[in-house]
Parts: sequence; C-alpha cells; structure tokens
Amino acid sequence: MQAISGNPAALDRPGPQDLALSGLWTARGIGAIENQLDALHVAPQTEVIADGARIEALDTAGAWVLQKLLLRLRAEGIVVNLRGLRPPFAKLLEVVAQHDAAQAGRSAPATSPPPTLLANVGCSTVAACAQGIALLGFVGESAVAFAGCIAHPARFRWRPILFNIRSAGFDALPIVGLLSFLLGIVVTYQGANQLRQYGANIFVVDLVGLSMLREFAPLITAIIIAGRSGSAYAAQIGTMAVTEEIDAMRTIGIAPLDLLVLPKIIALVIALPLLTVFADVLGVFGGMLMARAKLGVGMGEFLDRFVNAVGTNDYLIGIGKAPVFATIGAALSYTQADTANRIACDGFPHANSDIYDKAIGGSRQYKTGCACVPSSLQGVQMSARRQSIH
Amino acid sequence: MSIQVQNINKRFGNFVALDNVSLNFPTGELTALLGPSGCGKTTLLRVIGGLEYADNGRVLLEGEDASDTHVRERQIGFVFQHYALFRHMTLFDNVAFGLRVKPRKLRPGETEIKRKVHDLLNLVQLDWLGDRFPPQLSGGQRQRIALARALAVEPRVLLLDEPFGALDAKVRKELRRWLRRLHDEIHVTSIFVTHDQEEALEVADHIVLMNHGKVEQIGTPQAVYEAPATPFVESFLDLDDHGPDWLVAARLRRKGYALQPVSEHRSAA
Repeated sequence: MQAISGNPAALDRPGPQDLALSGLWTARGIGAIENQLDALHVAPQTEVIADGARIEALDTAGAWVLQKLLLRLRAEGIVVNLRGLRPPFAKLLEVVAQHDAAQAGRSAPATSPPPTLLANVGCSTVAACAQGIALLGFVGESAVAFAGCIAHPARFRWRPILFNIRSAGFDALPIVGLLSFLLGIVVTYQGANQLRQYGANIFVVDLVGLSMLREFAPLITAIIIAGRSGSAYAAQIGTMAVTEEIDAMRTIGIAPLDLLVLPKIIALVIALPLLTVFADVLGVFGGMLMARAKLGVGMGEFLDRFVNAVGTNDYLIGIGKAPVFATIGAALSYTQADTANRIACDGFPHANSDIYDKAIGGSRQYKTGCACVPSSLQGVQMSARRQSIH
Repeated sequence: MSIQVQNINKRFGNFVALDNVSLNFPTGELTALLGPSGCGKTTLLRVIGGLEYADNGRVLLEGEDASDTHVRERQIGFVFQHYALFRHMTLFDNVAFGLRVKPRKLRPGETEIKRKVHDLLNLVQLDWLGDRFPPQLSGGQRQRIALARALAVEPRVLLLDEPFGALDAKVRKELRRWLRRLHDEIHVTSIFVTHDQEEALEVADHIVLMNHGKVEQIGTPQAVYEAPATPFVESFLDLDDHGPDWLVAARLRRKGYALQPVSEHRSAA
C-alpha cells in the first residue's frame, strides 16, 4: 500500500471556453480548489469543453466537487462537454450524479393537513364498502365450494365436521344452557309483575313459551356461538395465515376453504339447531320455576297451558332461524379476520388487493428508508475507495 | 422442468416490487435469487409459485403459459422460511398430508403412502422422529421435514423462500451443504431466495442478483463475484469489508492474508 503522490487538484483555463482539470481530485487534493471553482465564471449560454484527461485520481469527494461544478454551470445554461476522463473515473462520477439526483428527487415528507371530517367519512365508507365486497366474495366462494361438495359428496370432510360439532356444539352446552335458563327466569320475572296486575297469571306461559322458542333461544345461542367459536375460528385462521400454513396447504394442492372453512360452517349449521332445542328446554324450565315461585302457577298447570299456547310452528320457526344465524355468524367471523381474506382470495385475487396495499404501505417507509439508500450509498463509498487506491 | 418469467410487473400500492423482470431458469439447476430485503425476490418466487399474481407478464413452466394456472395445478413444492408445518399433525402426517388429500383416483394406497413417507423421512435423515409433533423439533429439523413435505407430492419445481433464514449461522451452513448434496441427488429444478451472500455463492449453480425490483446481474457465483456488473453488485457481494474494523482485520489475519491492519491502511492512504 503506497500513499498516492502527485499534484493537488488544479483547474486551468487555456482558453475562454476551455477548462483543463489535472492533479489529485481526492479528499486530500481538493482542499484549495473548491473556492476556485466557486469563483469560476463562464459566459452564460455558451459551450465549454472540460478536459479531464490529466486527472490522476478521483474519489467520492472529488467527484462530488466536480459534480457540483457541472450542476452549477449547467444550471446557468452552459453546455459542458467533459472529455478524456478515464473510464473508472467516469463511472464514479456517474454514480455520484445518480446519487445526487436521487437525493434531489426525494422531497421532504409531505406534512399533509389532518384529514377533515368529510374525508374521514369518505375513508370509512370506502373501507366499509371494501369489507362488504370482501364478505360477498367470501359468501360466494363458500357457496361455490359447498356446491362442489354437494356434486361430489366424497369431497366432504366428515372428520373435521364431526370434530367441530363436538367442539362448537357439545362443548357449548353448559354455557348455552345456563344463559337461556337465566333468560327464562328474567323474562318470567319481568312479565309476572305486569300480568299480576290484571290477574292474567296463566298467560305467563304464553309469554315465556313464545318469546323463548321463537326469538330468544335461537338468538342467544347464535350470540354465544359467534363469540365462543367464531372468534376461535378467526384466531385459528389468522395464526395459520401468519405461519404460512395456509400458503403451504395451497401449494400442496388443497383449497384451504375446503379444509378449514366449509367443515366449520357445516358443523355450525348442524350444531346450532340442536343447541337451540336445548336452549328452548332450559329457558322454558327457568320460566316454569319462576312462574311457580312468583305467580303460583304450578308445573302441571304450566305444561297444560304450554301445549295449548305454543304450536309446532312456533317451535319450527325458532329452530329454522338457527342455521341462518350460524351461517351469518361464521361468515362474519371469517371476514372479520383480515387474514381470512387470503383464503377467500384463492379465487378472486384482485378483490383484496386493498388489504395487501394497506399491509405493504406500512412497511414501505421502512423499505425505502433502510434497505435502498444505504446500499446505494455504500456503493458510492466503496467504489470511491477502490478508485483512489488504484 | 424449465421456468421462464417474462416482463413481470408487480406493484403494492405505490411500491414497485417487481419492475419488468424477465428471467430464464434452466432445467435441473439450483438458482439463487439474491438481494437485500425488499428487493422483490420473495415476491418473484411467490409469483412463480402462484401464491401471488403479477400485474402483468407471464410465467412459463416448461414452455407453457402458467400465469392463469392455479397453484394447485402447478405441481410445485414450496418451502417457507418459518417452516409452516401443520402443528396439530405428527411429522409423519405432515409429510403424508399432500398424498392423503389427493383425489381418490390419484391417491396412492395407505401402504404405498407409508413406504413413500418413510423414504422421504430417510432422505432428510429424520425417520426416527416420525411420530413427534413439530414444536418438539429444532429449527433445522423442522426445515428438513418441511422439505420432505414439499417433495412428497413429487413437484416439478422446488421453490425455497429463505429456507435457512430462521436458523443460526452454524446450522445454516450445515444445512445448505446438505441441501446442495440433496439437490445433486434429486436434480429437480430449484429456486431459492436468500439475502445471505455466502449462502448463494456457496450453494447455487446460478445467481440472480436483484435490487429495487430489477435484475442487476445473472451468472454463476464465480462470474458475478469476479466480474460484478454494477456498483451495487460489487458492494453487495463484498463481504470482507463488513463488520467493525477489528473484526475485518482479525478475519483477514486468520485467513492468512498478508494485509496490514485497518488503522495503518488508513494512515497510509
């Protein structure tokens, strides 16, 4: 390794439109030249020939100074022809110029004004619409998959279906039973106060029977299942998406929808009516206990009246609601997990690009901020060092 | 099987992930996609695999346009950085999964599946772990199982997305040599994504260097290292200059280079 010896950078003017560069255009050599360059004056709107053949060494600092001069002259409308530069120097100058241009092109981060109320409403509306479309897409996708299963019953996956009936149905019996029992008690209690005023004690049976069987039992069951199983499904799918298990399934050749979503929806559609029946029984039982305690309606009397007051239709209407609630609940829980969109996008890749955009948008700053700039900078520094060593 | 991509563009919002990329991956070779984070290499791999859709451009598998072919029909094996093993299944079931979910007509018999899975587990030298679950394994073992799972469906192409990125440096070295030997054995066209220069230089037949969604240089490891085409390639592959001064100096000393320590180097300049 030898220290580079030579003359410091110099700039001569053999003629009014000629510049001759010579010497060491390196950090050590350019000390004096910068003032000279700043003072350099050329008539505007003319052409200048700069001869770089006698430049002995060039590093980033020298290239930067030279580039600054070129930029200034060009900004004054002077055409500069730089000739005779050795190829490595020309390349370094080019890299510095590129880097300079990139720096200039990158404006300071725009300080956008805080969004107005109207803008907020607009953004929320667009987001809501996007989610609505995603939901529709998911429902459609599931329907197609389901139809496919109906056409080829062999595609049904019975094991996961049975497993989910147990976990979402059987395991939920205690909580569904408890809540509907309490609900029956509350409804009777509230009704009893009113009915007693008119001496219509026996009609408490109609009240509890109809309200539990037609409305409350399916609703409370659906709410519990949505909270209990729906969130568990969303979490499961979300985790699998994060760990790329869903992508892995797709590459292995199985539609995640078939394996992860359909069995659960089918299981819920089967389990929810059964749970509703259970909720019916316990709700009415709760009402029966309360009616006896509060209104003196005996159990036998209650059941006699119950048979007359509540028809099969009422019972079937309540049961019929359950599968609908189940489907809605399951679909919502899947679409709620943003990642579930990755399953739905199996067939509709573009429907969800917005979500990708959002996800990527956050990391964009990071990417341009960290990865790109330092690498280009490093390139400049390293090539510069090579040049000056040679 | 040969893979070609032609004029692939992909944007995420304003961010250009792939900028008019055209490449040709030769049959039976192991190609590395190398570049810094965010340069689009993983996106390119996912486009080739069919997990991501390009905005425009074509992917040709064996000369046929596969841009609209579903990932299921592309017959690829994909290995993920974080293994993506199915946690609720034993390793045996993980590897057998791809075979068991095939349509009944194409599905091999249970004894056949058993034999095949054991062969694969032997291939990755983990036959004795078949009845364990993924969380009971080390990272290196999991990644080998993931590779066995990808190979189970007899893929025409093997795509590896930073397969050793989550492993420590030592295991990574062992595993990549093992991958090289494995590839010499099975000779399936493979592409692997990495941001580890050494890994790419050591393992790959060809290297594709990418930056800002563009291809900077293509060539054999030796060619790209000895004749970098752009300043980016040169700086990206220039490993001995990395790290604190004392480390660089120590590394050079240990390797027996007769260079002076960095401080003298500086004063001389």
